[in-house]
Amino acid sequence: MANEKIRFEGVTKRFGALTVLDKLDLSINDGEVVTIIGPSGSGKTTVLRCLMTLESIEDGLIRIDGEPLNKMESEGRLVPASNAHLRRMRLKLGMVFQSFNLFPHLTVLQNCVEPPIFALGVTRDEARSRAQELLDMVGMGDKQAHYPAQLSGGQQQRVAIARTLAMQPEILVFDEPTSALDPETIEEVTSVIRSLAVKHSYTMLMVTHQIAFAHDISDRICFFDKGRIVEQGPPAAVIDAPTEARTQQFLRKVAQAR
Amino acid sequence: MSRSPIAILVPLAFLAGLYFAVFSSVAQFLPALLNGLTVTVSVAVPSILLAYAISLLAGLGRLSSIAPLRWVSVVYIEVFRGVSLLVVLFWLYFVLPEFGLTLSAYTAALLGVSLNAGAYGAEIVRGAVRAEPKGQYEACVTLNMPPLRKYARIILPQALVIAIPAMTNMTIELLKGTALVSAVTLVDLTAAGVRQNQLTYRTVEIFSVLALIYFCLAQIVRFSGARLEHVFNRHLGER
Ligand SMILES: Nc1ncnc2c1ncn2[C@@H]1O[C@H](COP(=O)(O)OP(=O)(O)OP(=O)(O)O)[C@@H](O)[C@H]1O
Ligand SMILES: [Mg+2]
Repeated sequence: MANEKIRFEGVTKRFGALTVLDKLDLSINDGEVVTIIGPSGSGKTTVLRCLMTLESIEDGLIRIDGEPLNKMESEGRLVPASNAHLRRMRLKLGMVFQSFNLFPHLTVLQNCVEPPIFALGVTRDEARSRAQELLDMVGMGDKQAHYPAQLSGGQQQRVAIARTLAMQPEILVFDEPTSALDPETIEEVTSVIRSLAVKHSYTMLMVTHQIAFAHDISDRICFFDKGRIVEQGPPAAVIDAPTEARTQQFLRKVAQAR
Repeated sequence: MSRSPIAILVPLAFLAGLYFAVFSSVAQFLPALLNGLTVTVSVAVPSILLAYAISLLAGLGRLSSIAPLRWVSVVYIEVFRGVSLLVVLFWLYFVLPEFGLTLSAYTAALLGVSLNAGAYGAEIVRGAVRAEPKGQYEACVTLNMPPLRKYARIILPQALVIAIPAMTNMTIELLKGTALVSAVTLVDLTAAGVRQNQLTYRTVEIFSVLALIYFCLAQIVRFSGARLEHVFNRHLGER
């Protein structure tokens, strides 16, 4: 059996009176590509944000490589994680945002070079050569001196992917990476993500409304509704032959919207 | 349609003549005003720099997660926003000696003007930092940027660009506020004008020149601000 990379154990997240994640259990293996689909407001983004430590969780435990993320062990007990613990655990995680979140006052190259220097402590030369490699890989090698505002959405998202990879994470998290893009530029981003899923050994957790794309690259699809996993399994099962009524209804709606 | 140069030169010559008829006395009081201008500039320039530093410290202090820093900043901001510059100047120059701390008129002026402006500047800095999109902070978290680097390299450079127009305003206010330093015996531009008026009774000329000089100083500040904004905004584009 493959190694378990990420594990959500009874994770509950509330915003005030609203329970967004309801005792979520989810386990993802090393190298597995998992895509979450589901209706708007079902808590998909919240799952990713909890994993990225951008949200605190009310109850439950997230583990990475078996080690607690939102808690830490102290004298045999689990206590809330310190900043140092979070910082160390986050080194394994990288996130690509729907809205890119590039640093607009830095060039493409600086965007990819500075975080590893400051957060990983690599030398500037090392960071630069690695960033250049990654920018070449995402097809942005000739735009290193540009500023984000001078690029199209698809180009910005490819830079954002390179910036995330420059931190050498083991787990990649994508929140609707193509939702803010013009239809013509979606393909250039999905093809980069596809090559990451196929050619590299990253563990990937993605949220997308691109059902065909999800079908293409995912090992497993999780259909989410109201903070719970309603149905999960290989794309051929969940997308092509869903058993739950909610899943069928959602997929029909998505198909109609096309 | 072409105009002969004479059609332009004649009215210009007329205006020049009128100017000299009215302002022939300028030479009488101008040297004194220029001395006053030197005092105004020598108070304003260091005050501006000090006010910027105070703005940054108090603005960030107010946003700090460290409670005592927040309290100190809030007290400073509210006190100096709530008390008029004139009263602050009196305190620094006339009241502090009662407690054994004597400041020179120049030091009192510089401190008063910059502490007063810094209180407004701090709120500008705070607003600009808070205007920074949430996504920038979240990118810093996911990229594990250390807090100091996050502010120095990511948040502040963007916030300060946002703050330029309001800071330009504050700087012009500061400049005009230096007219109050005569309260602590400094003979600045305004004080020099008042004196010359008492000596020469050239009221219209003196206060016209005075207004013109303040206006030009404000324009220098405005122009520098616009230049800075242009340079920094070049790359930022629409956000
Ligand atoms: N910071 C917040 N404060 C309060 N409520 C929030 C917050 N963030 C999310 N929510 C609520 O939590 C629920 C789940 O949000 P989430 O963003 O995870 O949904 P989603 O599945 O990603 O939806 P979408 O497909 O629209 O992106 C929604 O009802 C949302 O309004
Ligand atoms: Mg979402």
